[in-house]
Amino acid sequence: MPAKVITLTIDGRDVSAREDYTILDAAKEANVKIPTLCHLEGLCDVGACRLCMVEVKGIPKLLPACVTKVSEGMSVTTDSERLLHYRMTIVELMFSERNHICSVCVSNGHCELQAMAMRLGVDHMRVPYRYPTLPVDASHERFVLDHNRCILCTRCVRACDEIEGAHTWDVMGRGIDAKVITDMNEPWGKSESCTSCGKCVNVCPTGALFEKGRSVGEMVKRKAFLPYLTQMREGKK
Amino acid sequence: MPEETTNGTQAQTTLDICVAAGCLSCQGDLVKEALEKEIDARGLAERVAVRGVGCLGLCMAGPLLRVSPDGILYQAMVPEDAGEIVESIGKKPVKRLECDAEQSFFTRQVKIVLENSGEVDPDKLDDYTAVGGYDALAKAVGEMEPSEVISEMVTSGLRGRGGGGYPSGLKWGTVAKADGARKYVICNADEGDPGAFMDRSVLESDPFRVLEGMAIAGYAVGADSGYVYCRAEYPLAVKRLKNAIRQAERAGFLGSNICGSSFRFTVDIRLGAGAFVCGEETALISSIEGNRGSPRPRPPFPAASGLWDCPTLINNVETFANVAPIIRNGGEWFSGIGTEKSKGTKVFALAGRVQNTGLIEVPMGTVLRDIIFDIGGGIPDGRKFKAVQTGGPSGGCIPEQFLDMAVTYESLAQAGSIMGSGGMIVMDETSCMVDVARYFMEFCMTESCGKCVPCRVGTMQMHELLEKITQGRASMKDLDLLEELCEVVRFSSLCGLGQTSPNPVLSTLRYFRDEYLAHIRDHVCPAGVCKMKSPSKIHAEVA
Ligand SMILES: Cc1cc2nc3c(=O)[nH]c(=O)nc-3n(C[C@H](O)[C@H](O)[C@H](O)COP(=O)(O)O)c2cc1C
Ligand code: SF4
Ligand code: SF4
Ligand code: SF4
Ligand code: SF4
Ligand code: FES
Ligand code: FES
Repeated sequence: MPAKVITLTIDGRDVSAREDYTILDAAKEANVKIPTLCHLEGLCDVGACRLCMVEVKGIPKLLPACVTKVSEGMSVTTDSERLLHYRMTIVELMFSERNHICSVCVSNGHCELQAMAMRLGVDHMRVPYRYPTLPVDASHERFVLDHNRCILCTRCVRACDEIEGAHTWDVMGRGIDAKVITDMNEPWGKSESCTSCGKCVNVCPTGALFEKGRSVGEMVKRKAFLPYLTQMREGKK
Repeated sequence: MPEETTNGTQAQTTLDICVAAGCLSCQGDLVKEALEKEIDARGLAERVAVRGVGCLGLCMAGPLLRVSPDGILYQAMVPEDAGEIVESIGKKPVKRLECDAEQSFFTRQVKIVLENSGEVDPDKLDDYTAVGGYDALAKAVGEMEPSEVISEMVTSGLRGRGGGGYPSGLKWGTVAKADGARKYVICNADEGDPGAFMDRSVLESDPFRVLEGMAIAGYAVGADSGYVYCRAEYPLAVKRLKNAIRQAERAGFLGSNICGSSFRFTVDIRLGAGAFVCGEETALISSIEGNRGSPRPRPPFPAASGLWDCPTLINNVETFANVAPIIRNGGEWFSGIGTEKSKGTKVFALAGRVQNTGLIEVPMGTVLRDIIFDIGGGIPDGRKFKAVQTGGPSGGCIPEQFLDMAVTYESLAQAGSIMGSGGMIVMDETSCMVDVARYFMEFCMTESCGKCVPCRVGTMQMHELLEKITQGRASMKDLDLLEELCEVVRFSSLCGLGQTSPNPVLSTLRYFRDEYLAHIRDHVCPAGVCKMKSPSKIHAEVA
């Protein structure tokens, strides 16, 4: 049965969308760009980074566009002053959490967090840096995990679980102490579940996961393959 | 009422001793044993029965003992008092141990949820049925259509007691209407609020009541199984609940053909590891499913897609405990108690700088002053009332100017706090409100699940700023940043934990801003709680 088509407005413009679309899907189709970090086409959505939040008329709460379904007559605002301000603060919080020193980072110039900061105009920090002491796991023969750059978007967790089917990654710990781990918090190089497929590395938005032997600026992530893989796997759409 | 003793004769006197966790922690079990020994030794077993009952409310004075039918109440006993107490039966009471049963603490309360608490032995189904237990379930499955049960709930006006205050009848109706071959009922017994023990007490004192509520709910929404999600730190509650489930199954109040009908409902217990966030309904569901207990965005709400993606009704312990009396006496009866929009009674855990700490139940709309000064007996040591913190980490501090406010969901919200699950912490002038805010922020920071950025990092940054203020190291810029973070975290966090974590800060800023300013500008803590470096030292550091 074909999905029903409904209409809504996004930033004052009338747009149509399939009823099973999220606000993000509908916006994308209408060429409205909503900032996202934890969302990645091809993976399920978790609504964790909170950058995609939008205002919906009649609802006092802000809603994450990546997980909110469209509905008939919905009126969505994606870029008010208030939203911009919240997004900038959230990006600042991300920078403050761990150690981001772009000038010596393998992802410098190819990092979604960096790009997001530039896009939103975050040019200085108001919240103090935390400077935690965090390890780097270089035990894998081809890849490296640098906790100092991780923003806990869990894209690696989802790609490994949903696409590769290995479920090597998980999150452990609470709150500010949460971190991604491989297997039962063992060195990645010792992992028996990892197939070394590299999907996690390529979906990671930052320099937290990278390939060994690549110099700064070379570490370009290839993530366009994901939707394709999902389609192959599900054999539909 | 005469009590049946083990040898089948009618006892003339019953000694009801509290065996809930509070009293057990102050040797209640030993006192009970000593009383039993004493009675045996004197050959009084035929005349005097000892019975373990649920919480009698005034936990601070425990262990508590009530002598029926004489109506004498004893407090703070030790095992050595047993002889004297038994000796006095039928004679003059032991003055030294007497607790005034006519004091406002007892007489001003209205008990619905706790009506059996202290009246029945929580381990005995017979005790529960003797006071009308399971009549409501029999009535629901025997005489009512599921839709009638729901409309009775709607009429009652009962709102969820787990914190949100969502109309229960409406929620039941939504689950009943949801599509799904299987549906579930979940009782949220996680009770993560620091200092709160209402749900624990209900489970320990009257477990059958909660099961009855769940079974009625199951019948109403079309579910045939349920879970109680209880934290593992409540071993006594879990033990009583297990026992209650077994007895109810054996008697046909749970399992197949309930009360002779075709209705079937089973209940299982799931233990939580005691993470505050696991009380959030989607995190709780995820935890029961065996996954990491972190919240997911809603919608979809559990009512549409919950446990294993099936429609799921999730209610709090106290909410379920209200169900049987509503079905027994009718929704109209219930809606006659309380106020226009806040119906029934509410159980509060009264704690902090107040004379009578313990568990109380009062009609919604009871004035704050009556709760604290009449029932609570006022502030000890001749000190002055400063504020009362309600709603736990999601709530706020209510200052003196609101003492004459009637306590309802709406009035508390208006004053910048919430009902929450019912914690009430009274504070006097020895409390520093900045420090109170810092304490709750620390709680939120350590309990954050870490999934979303504003809560994970925001609560940590806010805690840092509050710490700075309490140490006299902060500037006005820090205060501005704190207020800004309050807004961002509140509006952009994923679940209720993050969304409400700024509340204690916001409410203390609203009513006690001068205390913040004193810390920042003058490097003084007006209450003398915060240890500050001397101002000269700070200036030296800055220079
Ligand atoms: C962080 C957080 C913790 C919560 N903890 C509890 C809890 O311990 N017990 C509870 O009944 N509800 C808790 N809740 C509320 C539940 O999510 C849910 O709303 C409630 O169990 C619904 O039952 P009710 O409608 O009977 O109140 C919590 C909510 C949040 C956001
Ligand atoms: S991960 Fe991105 S933001 Fe962080 S240091 Fe590297 S380039 Fe900079
Ligand atoms: S390389 Fe592939 S299998 Fe290994 S952790 Fe990454 S995604 Fe999983
Ligand atoms: S390692 Fe990369 S993909 Fe994984 S959570 Fe961290 S930032 Fe996201
Ligand atoms: S608000 Fe806090 S507790 Fe809730 S999902 Fe986000 S990080 Fe987890
Ligand atoms: S993209 Fe929607 S919350 Fe991250
Ligand atoms: S625990 Fe015994 S009176 Fe409350």
